[in-house]
Amino acid sequence: MAIYGVALLAACYIVGIVLGDLFGVAVGVKANVGGVGFAMLFLILLSNHGIDHGWLDKKAQDGIAFWSAMYIPIVVAMSSIQNVVAALKGGPLAIGSGLVGVAVAFAFIPIIARFSDAEKDEVK
Amino acid sequence: MSILSVISKVFVQNGLVFSFMLIGIITLITYKISALTKGKIHGSAIAIFAGLVLAYIGGASTGGSKGLASIPLFAGVGMMGGGMFRDFAIVSTAFGADLREIKKCGMVGVVSLLLGVLSSFIVGCVMAYFMGYPDVVSMVTIGAGVCTFVVGPVTGAALGASSDVIAISIAAGVVKSVAVMILTPLVKDVVGLYTPKSAMIFGGLMGTSSGTAAGLAAVDPKLVPYGAMTATFYTGTGCLLCPSVLYLAVKAIMG
Repeated sequence: MAIYGVALLAACYIVGIVLGDLFGVAVGVKANVGGVGFAMLFLILLSNHGIDHGWLDKKAQDGIAFWSAMYIPIVVAMSSIQNVVAALKGGPLAIGSGLVGVAVAFAFIPIIARFSDAEKDEVK
Repeated sequence: MSILSVISKVFVQNGLVFSFMLIGIITLITYKISALTKGKIHGSAIAIFAGLVLAYIGGASTGGSKGLASIPLFAGVGMMGGGMFRDFAIVSTAFGADLREIKKCGMVGVVSLLLGVLSSFIVGCVMAYFMGYPDVVSMVTIGAGVCTFVVGPVTGAALGASSDVIAISIAAGVVKSVAVMILTPLVKDVVGLYTPKSAMIFGGLMGTSSGTAAGLAAVDPKLVPYGAMTATFYTGTGCLLCPSVLYLAVKAIMG
């Protein structure tokens, strides 16, 4: 049944977020450290296991796939509740540093990608 | 009671369901617009941009901080677009992700994460220094804000920064996340954002979960889980490094 897939997804989410919070406390940070990442890792491992061993049937998989298909609409809703007014009103320092920060980060993408490719070639 | 007030009462009381309908209509319109451009601009990119425009209208007309959800009638959108549904949906995208791809770029992910925090932090510090905030605490707080709008206030609170500096740090982080949403689909070819590996590097460098999520969704939804995977560690890394090691480093450099 579809709810089995949704429940598996929810369980991964809850356990992941709890771990992220605990991890944050452990390193003394007031934030969730990697909770979503842990949850995703659990979901990948468990859903693969479930499909291979037959306990996650097609209907249950559809329960997970539904939320994955709702992802973009949720992102659209998320963008519509951003504090865009504050971002524009934040003055030249906020706007300038935000934009330069993004530009620098974009510039690093091809550099790191190339660097890691070269590294792999050496290993070969 | 007039018909209009009955209708608006139903919309408010059933906010989440109403927002499903509303976002569906926005998606329909924006994908039609995308078809008019012959698919040159992806529908999701237009939809996300439309969302940001609505956020501006909502915020500007009410003076609220929650964009469209500042208008009571549209408060349900705040739930649909809030952190819980966002993270739940992000986790669901991992279904179907390839674990081998993730393993393959574990080290690259860590490198991009550290470089992402460091580069944003340095940009923020340098710009704060030259634009009227040359004291160490303000520089570090604004530098942390350029990481994400969570790292800024967490760092500022830890170091005892003034509230206007914390406000600037939050604004810088919001500017970054909005800029990532808009710019990512435009520069995807320039920076080569095609593979799971490049998406993981992207997530580690940008760090903003909302910006990364929306930006990658507008490029290729298949890349979302890989970017989200690394981005999820960014805010934690930033909160860890900015008020500690990076603060001490800036203090040592500034004397």
